[in-house]
Amino acid sequence: MSFLQFFWYAVICFLFIMFLVLDGADFGAGMAAKLLAFRPAESNMIVRSISPHWDGNEVFLVAAGGSMFATMPFWYASLFSGFYLLLFLVLVSLIFRGVAFEFNNVAETPKGKNAWMWATTLSSTAAPFLLGMLFTAMIQPVPMDNHGNIFVGLFNVINPLSILGGIAVTALCLYQGLHFFTLHANGIMRYRAASLAGNLYWAAYPVEVLFAIALFFETNFFEEHLLSTLTLLVLIVLTTFWGHLSTGMHKEVQAYVANSLTIAFVVMLIFVGLFPHVLIAQNPVNSLLIKNVSSSPFTLTVVTIVLCILLPILTAYFIWSYIIQWKRHDLSEFENTDKGAY
Amino acid sequence: MFNFALNVLPFARFQFAMTTIFHYFFIPMSIGIGLSVCIMETMYAITKNKIYQTMTKFWGRIFLLAFAVGVVTGLIQEFQFGMNWSQYSRFMGDIFGAPLAIEALLAFFLESTFLGVWMFTWDKFKPAWHALMIWLVFLASAASALWILTANSFMQHPVGYKLTSSGHVEMTSFKALLTNQQLWYEFPHVISSCIVTGSFIVAGTSAWMIFRKKSVGFFRKSMRLGLVLGIVGCLGAVTSGDLQSGYLIKDQPMKFAASEGIYNHTENPAPWSVFQLTNTKTHQEYGKIEIPYMLSFLSYHKFSGSVAGMDEANRALHKQYDGKFGKNMDYSLNVNVLFFAFRLMAAGFGGLTFIALLGLWFSRRRKNTIVKQKWLTFILFLATFAPFVINTGGWLFTELGRDPWVVYGLLPIAKAVSPSTSPASVIFTIIVYFLLFVTLASCMVFYAKKSLYKGPESIDKTIDYDNDDPFSKEAFNK
Ligand code: HEM
Repeated sequence: MSFLQFFWYAVICFLFIMFLVLDGADFGAGMAAKLLAFRPAESNMIVRSISPHWDGNEVFLVAAGGSMFATMPFWYASLFSGFYLLLFLVLVSLIFRGVAFEFNNVAETPKGKNAWMWATTLSSTAAPFLLGMLFTAMIQPVPMDNHGNIFVGLFNVINPLSILGGIAVTALCLYQGLHFFTLHANGIMRYRAASLAGNLYWAAYPVEVLFAIALFFETNFFEEHLLSTLTLLVLIVLTTFWGHLSTGMHKEVQAYVANSLTIAFVVMLIFVGLFPHVLIAQNPVNSLLIKNVSSSPFTLTVVTIVLCILLPILTAYFIWSYIIQWKRHDLSEFENTDKGAY
Repeated sequence: MFNFALNVLPFARFQFAMTTIFHYFFIPMSIGIGLSVCIMETMYAITKNKIYQTMTKFWGRIFLLAFAVGVVTGLIQEFQFGMNWSQYSRFMGDIFGAPLAIEALLAFFLESTFLGVWMFTWDKFKPAWHALMIWLVFLASAASALWILTANSFMQHPVGYKLTSSGHVEMTSFKALLTNQQLWYEFPHVISSCIVTGSFIVAGTSAWMIFRKKSVGFFRKSMRLGLVLGIVGCLGAVTSGDLQSGYLIKDQPMKFAASEGIYNHTENPAPWSVFQLTNTKTHQEYGKIEIPYMLSFLSYHKFSGSVAGMDEANRALHKQYDGKFGKNMDYSLNVNVLFFAFRLMAAGFGGLTFIALLGLWFSRRRKNTIVKQKWLTFILFLATFAPFVINTGGWLFTELGRDPWVVYGLLPIAKAVSPSTSPASVIFTIIVYFLLFVTLASCMVFYAKKSLYKGPESIDKTIDYDNDDPFSKEAFNK
C-alpha cells in the first residue's frame, strides 16, 4: 500500500466523520422537530437552528462518495452495487429530508405544514438508521465473487449487528441534534432539549455493550485488530459518559464536543477494523484490499493536490458560515407568524 | 452471466435516462433563475430601490424550490454509477471520479454554504455584500456544471488516458481532460441552455401574471428582464450550437449524419431536410421537405460542400474498431430521435427568440399595451415550458448519439452495467423513483404557483405594484 492510498483511506474516513458530526446534528434536529416539539412554533424553532447549514453538511456525504469513486473506484463499485436496495432507501430518505424543509416552509395550510414536518422527522430518522445499517453491514463478510461483485442476501443486510448499528447511529445523531439545538436556543426549549438528551443517554450504554458483542460475533475485528478495537470501544463508552455528564451539568459545548468525539470514534472503529481491507468476502481470497481497489498513482496525486489547495479555503468559509449565523433563538420569534422556520 | 447482463441493461438504461432527465429539469432552472436573481440583487445594490429587493426575494423563493429539488435528485446521480453501472465505475473510476470529487469539494460546498448564508442574512450585510453571496452561488453552480461536463466530455471524446493491462483506463494528463475540445464546445452550450431555461421561466410566469392582470407593473419589469436574458441565452445557444455542429462533423460523423437523416454521401451543395421520417431498416425517407444549399451552409458556412452519410460513417467505424470489438458491433443510431432533437433545438431557438422580441416590443411603453395583448402573454406563458423539452431533446441527441458506446471507442454500453444487479431490483427502483418524481414535480409546481399567486405584496406591502412605473416616487407612497 502506498502512502497516498493510505492517505485517501483516511480522508474518506474523515469525510464520513464530518458528515455524521455535522449532518448528524441536522438529522437529530429533524427527529426532534416532532419528538421534542408539541406545537408548530416549537418545530419551527428547532428546524430554524439547522436550516442554514444542512445543505452544506450533506455535501460531506457527496464528497465522501465522490472521493471514494475517484480514489478507490473498485470499492465504490462493489459497495454501491452490492448494497443496492439499502442505498436506494438511503437515497429516498435523503430526498424526502431535503425537500421537506423547503416544502414545509412554503406550505400555507397548517395541514400541509404538519405533513411536511412529519416528513422531516421520519426521513431524518430513516436516513441515519439506514446509513448505520450500511456501515455495519459492509464490515461483515459478504458473498463476493473474484471480480468483486457482491450478491447479498437478506441476512447480509438485516442482522443483529446491522440493526444495532442502525440504532446506534440514529441515537448518536439524535443526541447530536439536541446538543446542537441547545446551543442555538434560549428559554424553556433549551432546557427541554437538554433534559431529553440526558434521559436518552441512558439507552446508549446497553446499545454499546450489545454492539460490542455483536461486533465480536459477526466481524473479525477482534481477531485482526484486537488492541485498537478494544481501545476505540472503551473510548466510545468514555465519551458517551462524558457527553451524558456534561448534558446533566448543562455544559452545552462540552456535550456537543463529547458526542462529536463519540461519532468520530464509531466511524474510526469501522475504518480501523476493516483496514487494510475495504470489503471482506466470505471466501477470504476474494476480499478487496485498499492496495487493489485504488486509482493510479497519477490520479491520486491529482486529487491530493486539489484537496490540499481547497481544504483550507473550504474550512475557512465553512467555519465562517457557522460563526456568523450563530444565534440563540427565542420561541417568541416563531409564535404568531406564518413565516415558518425561514 | 452475459445473459443476465443483457436482461438488466435496458432497465438500467431507462433508469439512467429517467433520473437524469428529471434532474436536468431542475439544474438549468436553478442556474438560470439564479442568474436572474443575481442581476436583480445587483440592481438593488446599485440603485438601492426597494422594489429590486422585493424582486430578488420573490424570484428567490422560486429559485430555492428549484434548487432543493435539483440537489436531492443530484444525489441519485452520485450514487447510481456505483449501483447500476459498477463495471463502468471500475473501468472509468480513475478518470471519472476525479472531476466528481472536485465538483463536490470545489463547487457543491461553496454553493450550498453561501446559499445558506444568503437566505438568512438579509439584514446582516450591506446589499452589495449580500449580492456577492448569490453571485458566488451562481458561479459555484456554473463550476459544478463545468466539472460534470468534464467527465461527460471524456465519454464523448476520450483524451489524456491510457489503457492498462487489466483493461481499464488510467489518467495520464489532467490538463488534457480539462482542455478537451468537446468540453469547450459543450460547456458554453449548456450554460446558454440554462440561461434560456431560467429566463423564460421568469418571463413566462410573469407574462401569465400580466395575463391575469395582477401586479402588472412589477411583472412587466420582471418579464422584460427575463426576455432580455432569454435572448442573450438564445444567441449563446445558437452560436455555441453552431460551433458544436461543426465540430461534430469532424469528431462524430455518424452522429451528425444521423441527425440529418442521411445515409448516402450528399450531393454538393447539400440541401437541408427540414422534415422527414426515416425507416431505419430500409433506409427509406418519407415526407421529406428540403431547403437547398442549407446543409452546406450549416456545416461549413458556405454554399458548397457535401456531407458524409451514415453508410460511409458506418464503414469507417467498422474499419476502425472491428479489430478490437469484433464485426458484430451495431453502429446504427436512433435516426428519428436525433433528427427531430436537432430540429427541436433549431425551432426552439427561432421561436423563443421571436416571441421574446415581440414581448419586448409590446411591453416597451408602460403596462397598458402589454396588458391588452392577451394572445402574446398567453404564448409567452406557454414558452415557460419549451426549454424543458428542448433541453431534453439536446441531451437525447448528445447521449443517444453516442451509441453503442458508453465511453466512445473504449467501452460498449453492454459491458458497463452491474453484473450483480438483478432486473427485478432495477424495475422496482424505477417504479419508486417514478412515483417519487411525480410527487416532487407536482409539489414543486403546486408551491411555485402558490408563491407566484401570492405576488410581491406578500413580501413588501408598501409598494404599489400595479403602478405603471413601480420605481417612481408615487408608487412608494401608496
Ligand atoms: C433554445 C435553444 C437551445 C437549447 C436550450 C439547447 C439545449 C441543448 C442541450 C441541453 C444539449 C446537450 C448538451 C450538449 O451536448 O451541449 C444540446 C446539444 C446540442 N445542441 Fe442545442 N440547444 C439549443 C439550440 C441549439 C441550436 C440553435 C443548435 C444549432 C445551431 C444546437 C446544436 C446542438 C448540437 C449540435 C448538440 C449536440 C452536441 C453533441 O452531441 O456533442 N442547439 N443542446
